[in-house]
Amino acid sequence: MAGSGRRPEHRGPPELFYDEAEARKYTQNSRVVEIQAQMSERAVELLGLPEDRACLLLDVGCGSGLSGDYISEEGHYWIGMDISPAMLDVALEREVEGDLLLADVGHGIPFRPGMFDGCISISAVQWLCNADKKSHSPPKRLYRFFSTLYTALARGSRAVLQLYPENSEQLELITAQAMRAGFTGGMVVDYPNSAKAKKFFLCLFVGTSGTLPKGLGTECANEEPHQAKFTNERTRFRNVKGKSVKKSRDWILEKKERRRRQGKEVRADTKYTGRKRRPRF
Amino acid sequence: MKLLTHNLLSSHVPGLRPGGGFPLRIELGHPSELPPEPVPDYEGDEEFLRRVHHVLLEVEVLEGSLQCPDSGRRFPISKGVPNMLLTEEEA
Repeated sequence: MAGSGRRPEHRGPPELFYDEAEARKYTQNSRVVEIQAQMSERAVELLGLPEDRACLLLDVGCGSGLSGDYISEEGHYWIGMDISPAMLDVALEREVEGDLLLADVGHGIPFRPGMFDGCISISAVQWLCNADKKSHSPPKRLYRFFSTLYTALARGSRAVLQLYPENSEQLELITAQAMRAGFTGGMVVDYPNSAKAKKFFLCLFVGTSGTLPKGLGTECANEEPHQAKFTNERTRFRNVKGKSVKKSRDWILEKKERRRRQGKEVRADTKYTGRKRRPRF
Repeated sequence: MKLLTHNLLSSHVPGLRPGGGFPLRIELGHPSELPPEPVPDYEGDEEFLRRVHHVLLEVEVLEGSLQCPDSGRRFPISKGVPNMLLTEEEA
């Protein structure tokens, strides 16, 4: 993908980043499609919708409709909002079921009160944290987004927003504005110990104060509470530990520990671990 | 844009009166054939319900605009997608 390893949010506003070429590339990338489907599934799961009826959902930052397709598959209706005309064009080409709006959610959610049974957003909300224009104030835009979203949602419903926060300050800013707008709830983190698999879902409740669902992959975290690690890059950590000399016993032990934390199967550490082998080995 | 979506939309320009900005008036390039007032006791009328379902979920507005009843501000619709982007002064 464009600018691999760096955050797309640093390269400019979303309506320019997701131009025609990028929109096409994004939607055709099988890895992107798969990840978006997985995250959409998890987000809809976290919504806790009633099982017996079709619901009307709002998809914030719907893009080319990858997440919307999953909502339709589950038998629900949706209305999507996105700021990139190119992405919406791709959605129209793909003949998605939901209705689309060209809009900037930082300006507010243009719906009457209590219209939606739920809201999801996949990989979009962090774009609100960047001031792409001189007049932008990210906290103001975030508050406008959350307060109008709160109004547009029905009582007892939820908003589940998957996002890629750049650092803990961003996370705090987003959460604070959401709470100011009247939401309860908090952050659900799946696979907190895996750099690649870790995903953040901001789970917000309207009206009721429900219990926050548990993040996946947290059962093995039985030691002290972990600090959520943030990175300037969206995917892998690069120089996390400052390099132990490669292939030394320490490096091997660290690597095995890392893999254990990710839940992978690792042989036990013994006196033979990292032992110097005979030259013929 | 389906008419059901239109029923839910309201103008999000700040500073309107409470409950304002709704309903947005649909302006098409040509006269439409929307049904008149509902007859009393419409819940039992199958034919009417079928037509309402058709109008709400199967008729789409492709080109035209939505006009705010309070400010007169127009939101254009193109290829079925309403453009709700506000200028920086409005927001």
